[in-house]
Amino acid sequence: MDIFVQQVVSGLATGGIYGSLALALVMIYQATDVVNYAQGEMAMFSTYLAWTLINAGLPYWVAFAATLAIAFVGGLVIERVVIRPVEDAPILTIVIVCIGLLVILNSLAGWIYSYIQKPFPSPFPEKPIRIGNIFFGAHDIGALGVTLVVLLCLYVFFRYTTLGLAMRAAAQNPVSSRLCGIRVGWMLAVGWGLAALVGAVAGMMVAPVVFLDPNMMSGILIYAFASATLGGFTSPGGAVLGGLIVGVVENLVGTYVSFIGTELKLTVALAVILIVLVVKPSGLFGRVAVHRV
Amino acid sequence: MALLEVEGLEAQYGWTKVLHGLSFVVEEGGITTILGANGAGKTTTLRAVCGMVKTAGEVRFDGRRIAGRPTEDIVRLGIAHAPEGRGTFMQLTVEENLRLGAYARSGRAALAGDLRRVFEYFPVLGDRRGQIAGSLSGGEQQMLAVARALMLRPRLLLLDEPSLGLAPLVVREIFRIVRAINREERVGVLLVEQNAATALDLADHAYLLETGRVVMSGPAADLKKDDAIRRSYLGY
Repeated sequence: MDIFVQQVVSGLATGGIYGSLALALVMIYQATDVVNYAQGEMAMFSTYLAWTLINAGLPYWVAFAATLAIAFVGGLVIERVVIRPVEDAPILTIVIVCIGLLVILNSLAGWIYSYIQKPFPSPFPEKPIRIGNIFFGAHDIGALGVTLVVLLCLYVFFRYTTLGLAMRAAAQNPVSSRLCGIRVGWMLAVGWGLAALVGAVAGMMVAPVVFLDPNMMSGILIYAFASATLGGFTSPGGAVLGGLIVGVVENLVGTYVSFIGTELKLTVALAVILIVLVVKPSGLFGRVAVHRV
Repeated sequence: MALLEVEGLEAQYGWTKVLHGLSFVVEEGGITTILGANGAGKTTTLRAVCGMVKTAGEVRFDGRRIAGRPTEDIVRLGIAHAPEGRGTFMQLTVEENLRLGAYARSGRAALAGDLRRVFEYFPVLGDRRGQIAGSLSGGEQQMLAVARALMLRPRLLLLDEPSLGLAPLVVREIFRIVRAINREERVGVLLVEQNAATALDLADHAYLLETGRVVMSGPAADLKKDDAIRRSYLGY
């Protein structure tokens, strides 16, 4: 029983990370119908920047905040410079641009920082936290907390601010938004910035666990896809919940199904994607998209 | 000086030219209607005024040239457009829809007062302010479209077929409110309609459009008496 509870909590912690990255994917997907395949590499690159700042002697949380700011601006600039010119192009073109971005960011990180794994610090104590008779990793609990705080901030932003409202409007109905005087192009750019920021949080929270290297996010991106698919690509809340479910399922299956172990864990994510797409393609909370042809 | 002056307006979608040199005016505080059958170019005319299609020709608002400027900027000058299809933000609440209408306006402090004013015109929207706009009926969504446009505190209101698909009683109600807005707040109105009888009752000036050209124009009362108009558009 203790092991079960531990595995669920640590599953929630990694699940929160999958969920944040899934949320980043969903935010961009909802606004532009594009799945940003470079989301993971953007998060990885932000994490390297955080590593640089921490190594330069900045306290962890200062580096954390600075990284969020840089990631936001970076996401905004990428949208304006790389995505904007192909905005009206067919979706396939934009997807290929995203994949190009993925390769560029990956090789750039490798070129600057080398492909050797680096340890990344956790801001939380190493000593496990004991609740009753059960021990929890402090980083697990802390990462889950940070993720939830970020999600709460995003919720408040989108729900209660005028800019957040304008961004939701621009994603839903760009034509009407322009008629309200909303600069839709900039709303998309801010959306990319926020997605990059959320991705950076995910990167910094997962790096102490998986270590820092240019390919660290590739597996996690697949989990994020699984999460977003499970929750429904049109539902931000669903993406987060999907992440938590995928994280817990992954952990429990890894613990209790002996032949899966750690090596085959990633297969679980792919199995989730497949099952959802076959059984309920719109996911748990997604809307069925109707297109007029 | 007229509030909106349009001269030689042309518009095209891709290679297809839809408007062939329209000229018309909306007076300060006046109501102008553009009548015509399906495909005459009525909706395109409104779109051209607020920069939603590629245009050529002269559009002056309050003496200022606005042709070729982005829609967002034109809206900021005080031109509100209740578009074809009503442009409802389906997944947002009624109140959020209205707040978006005021987005481009400076002085958001007056928001609460403006909401109250709009709910006075459209009490049903006040009753449903927390409801998701997609769940409103067609008539309520049309009221929401007009109300959202009003939130801008516009000087010119563009209305695209507000009567489309609505019960006659609802149409009468909406037109009554448009007239009240026009009288009480001196908002100029450019109304595009297929429902010629109702539109001519409301408007002071009318233009008749056929395949992208003005074929007749004048005071609404005169057009109403015209035999050709009566037979083709009023149907008696």
